[in-house]
Amino acid sequence: MRNVFTIVGKELHSYFVSPIAYVVLTGFLLLGGWFFFNLLSRFNLLLSLYIQFQGGAEAANRLNLNDYVISPLMHNLAIVLVILVPMITMRAYAEERKGGTYELLLTSPLRTGEIVLGKFLASFLFICIMIGLTAIYPAILVYFGNPELGVMASGYLGLILLATVFVAVGLLTSSFTENQIIAAVSGLVATLLLYIIGWPAETAGNVLGPLLRYLSVTEHFAEMVRGIIDTRALVYFASLIILALFLTQRSVESLRWR
Amino acid sequence: MIEVQQLTKRYGDLTAVSNISFRVASGQILGFLGPNGSGKTTTMRIITGFMPATSGTVKVAGFDIFDDSFEARKRIGYLPESPPLYNDMTVTAYLRFVARIKGMPKTEIPDALDRVLTRCGLAKVTDRVNGHLSKGFRQRVGLAQAIIHNPEVLILDEPTVGLDPQQIIEIRALIKELTGAHTVVLSTHILPEVAQVCEKVVIISSGRVVMEDMLENLTKGQTLEEVFLRAISQEELDQSEPDERVGEVVQ
Repeated sequence: MRNVFTIVGKELHSYFVSPIAYVVLTGFLLLGGWFFFNLLSRFNLLLSLYIQFQGGAEAANRLNLNDYVISPLMHNLAIVLVILVPMITMRAYAEERKGGTYELLLTSPLRTGEIVLGKFLASFLFICIMIGLTAIYPAILVYFGNPELGVMASGYLGLILLATVFVAVGLLTSSFTENQIIAAVSGLVATLLLYIIGWPAETAGNVLGPLLRYLSVTEHFAEMVRGIIDTRALVYFASLIILALFLTQRSVESLRWR
Repeated sequence: MIEVQQLTKRYGDLTAVSNISFRVASGQILGFLGPNGSGKTTTMRIITGFMPATSGTVKVAGFDIFDDSFEARKRIGYLPESPPLYNDMTVTAYLRFVARIKGMPKTEIPDALDRVLTRCGLAKVTDRVNGHLSKGFRQRVGLAQAIIHNPEVLILDEPTVGLDPQQIIEIRALIKELTGAHTVVLSTHILPEVAQVCEKVVIISSGRVVMEDMLENLTKGQTLEEVFLRAISQEELDQSEPDERVGEVVQ
């Protein structure tokens, strides 16, 4: 375990001494803030319109912060994560291979699994920081309004699980190449595919349809944003993460054989 | 200290190293010579446990590099052809990281760090970022990285390549200082370097050992250049078509 923490420390260190962390965090918060501002002002507009009309007060009661602000905010952030996460993970292995430092790692008394786990945990902590910082928006809502906390927590859990899947997939694509651009592009394709794979589910028939829906990260995420934590969703996220980590371990180990 | 036995490495159809055997005694410094592409780096990568051999065994300090990989790797310091530096880390942060992944106990790291910083002449650049160092300093950090955990065996792959004459002299002096306490394998194609620092010489060509002897025996009445060129041309002769040679004899 000590070796894993050493790798985690080194990885986090290189995120924060390079501009990567700051650029990504700033970009993410900037976009998040813009979404939040937009959603909230639309919510205000709707509310004032509803109240002006007859019977509006009752209708206005049906407008709630969870459905009109937090839920769309989560979905918007998820799309941003589809794009940003591969850029966070692209250097993880590609840079080691390009710079020859993987030779140091692979000749040290480290297990390949420790390297893979260390890099994964570091990126996981980083996206937790990233997503954690956006909690300022719901905090504002809690202070001025009364959104449902449970639903919000479930949504945040979903967002973190979704980002963790993307991290695991991004790390896997990074381990395939020594070119960071290729790592980022293939990571983006993979995360985007996970995001949209359920789209043809409606027309894909009785067998393929439910399968595509189950494979889609969006379906499970949307459920959690609605406040439903289904074991099937948790199993889905966990198995994707474990599968990607396992493949990464094999991929890194295979560097020895080339 | 290092025992290489019948080592063979194939990449698909290409045989990079073929049936190599040699040994290095404890405290000895071995010059590992050969033309470019003769299999030096491959052999060193196998000795360090970076890649497995197709067949054959390597024992480092009594531990098999494949079966007892962890114990063997703890006892090896390795400087690859280009020093494996993280460019965004400072010299001390980097060396501390290496000490940890080499399995050094935490309490011993500060002393080890001081020792290698002075030894490798890095005291002035401790807080500089690796990426901003000149080539000579990068090579020194690479060497510091290889010796920080005080390994019994040091594998150095062309440690003086691309350095200016003064840096070459410094690095050589440093390597010479390390002998005795460490067993060193030094690959190079600079022959005077071998004459100056090494005790034993192994010459390989096209993946085969063509010469293994003590330096003093080899250079009796001849220069190392002559020995080297003869050893290599011998190998080329052996590889030529057998029919041709029969033809020559008949004629």
